[in-house]
Amino acid sequence: DIDDVGHKYHLELVLEDVLDKDSTVNCTAEVLYHLGNKNIAPDVQFTIEGELKNTDEADNIFYNRIKSLEKELVAENIPDSHGNVSPEMEPIHLLAWVASGYVIWQNSTENTKFQLAQIKHVKQVKRSDEYLEFDYMILLHEMVSQEIIPWQMTVLWHPQHGVQVTQDSRQPKHA
Amino acid sequence: TSNMKLILIFSALFGASLCLETFVGHQVLRIETRNEEEVKKLQLLESLEHLELDFWINPSTPDLPVDVRIPANSVQAVKAFLESHGIEYSILIEDLQVVLDKEKEDMAYSQQRDRSSNSFNYGTYHTLDSIYAELDHLASEYGHIVSKLQIGKSYEKRPLYVLKFSTGGSNRPAIWIDAGIHSREWVTQATAIWIAKKIASDYGKSPSITSLLNKMDIFLLTVTNPDGYVFTHTTNRMWRKTRSKNRGSPCVGVDPNRNWDAGFGGPGASSNPCSDSYRGPSANSEVEVKSVVNFIKNHGNIRAFLTLHSYSQLLMYPYGYKCTEPADSAELDALARAAASSIQSLYGTTFTVGSICTTIYQASGGSIDWSYDYGIKYSFAFELRDTGRYGFLLPASQIIPTAEETWLGLQKIMEHVRDNPY
Repeated sequence: DIDDVGHKYHLELVLEDVLDKDSTVNCTAEVLYHLGNKNIAPDVQFTIEGELKNTDEADNIFYNRIKSLEKELVAENIPDSHGNVSPEMEPIHLLAWVASGYVIWQNSTENTKFQLAQIKHVKQVKRSDEYLEFDYMILLHEMVSQEIIPWQMTVLWHPQHGVQVTQDSRQPKHA
Repeated sequence: TSNMKLILIFSALFGASLCLETFVGHQVLRIETRNEEEVKKLQLLESLEHLELDFWINPSTPDLPVDVRIPANSVQAVKAFLESHGIEYSILIEDLQVVLDKEKEDMAYSQQRDRSSNSFNYGTYHTLDSIYAELDHLASEYGHIVSKLQIGKSYEKRPLYVLKFSTGGSNRPAIWIDAGIHSREWVTQATAIWIAKKIASDYGKSPSITSLLNKMDIFLLTVTNPDGYVFTHTTNRMWRKTRSKNRGSPCVGVDPNRNWDAGFGGPGASSNPCSDSYRGPSANSEVEVKSVVNFIKNHGNIRAFLTLHSYSQLLMYPYGYKCTEPADSAELDALARAAASSIQSLYGTTFTVGSICTTIYQASGGSIDWSYDYGIKYSFAFELRDTGRYGFLLPASQIIPTAEETWLGLQKIMEHVRDNPY
């Protein structure tokens, strides 16, 4: 507890590569949840011990594939009801995962636990510059309330410039 | 002498012989020996270990053929030897690996066929009708130990079916297992039907199941919330609650695991009908919950209450509605740890153990809190795979591994219940 400021947590964690279970890297982090104003994202400081795998080759293959599509990519329900993700959609799924991490961070408090539940809809937005842009409608599962929250997010990506969420907004739940 | 020549030829191959893992290029020859001399020549061949010849029928008498598997790099030499001695042979198998590959393919296909003909594919997700059909099939195929009971009807009037596993007796002490109280947790209904098949088919074969059923009965409710389950198939895959109408609200459904009479109305449940953790207007307002409560009370001899949920990989005991430990926490904790350990032994899946309140969150009106306070000491709630990567949308390929490992945990608990009557 830090008086008048908030609650600080010191964490030691192990990061595991989702695509390669044997590849792990240690990480330490400090998370500060601010007292009072729940609209501020928690402060996060972290140190990764060691290096993350280089993914340039896979990144470039995906980038070039999307760049060369004749029509803008459109997809829905990733994974589908049975948990399937087609190989072509796997990078779209992973990108959503990363981008939703940002949205989750921005909206987390000590009383929430969010997970990406599903991509309901994704649409590629044509751009004149080198970035790829995707407009996602995702479902976030909040563990404590058990709510499924639709969320819109606009995601920019480039192999060398990384991921950016340029816009995001919580959507109303339909009854 | 010809024997010397033989030794020379094959010794030259000594250095070239490899240790092969596969059978690519291996040939199986059938050699028709005509006399004792030819048999003796083959016996000499047999003694040359570096050739790694594998005799399927050994040379012993000229009356019988000699079948031998020859590694790829010895084939030409052996044939040259046979031909130079005028010994007749034929090729039984040109390439053994091809035969093995085909056999593997055939086995996979027929396993697939068995699963998809009139056999139920346990490795995929099913509609309610399909699960209900399989319940009938199991009750029919294993009629000597399995029977189907209806314990009530859902809000939308669908039957609530329980499978009873029993070898007789009268109102024996029994174990209750339910799945799918939250309809979007598809791996639980799928696991439950697999477990039904497992118990039915392993009785008489597995010492553990056999001794268990010789003393106790098992009641298994594979789909606790059928209305919700149908809704996840037709309309909204993420639906959790029942489908009951709420007076004065456009929102439908009650969280059936906040509706039990245990700390009802307390923290950890919502009073808002639009919430996914809406507790309902009163305890047991949901017919699905009431039906289970009635069954358990009427039975009067239920000794364990086990409920399946997903996801998070947790094995929990009471309480959820309050953060104080139950009186039996030491025993429940030890048993839960033993069960988690059994689960982990199969595929390395780790489950976190603890009371509901300390492990996830405070939640009132939960089923195992009710069953425990009712007097059923062995009350546990499982949260199955995974930890969030797929969450509710667990790939079907993980159904059977999940069911197999969960079964080990359930079995551990049931054995303890069997051995510790109270």
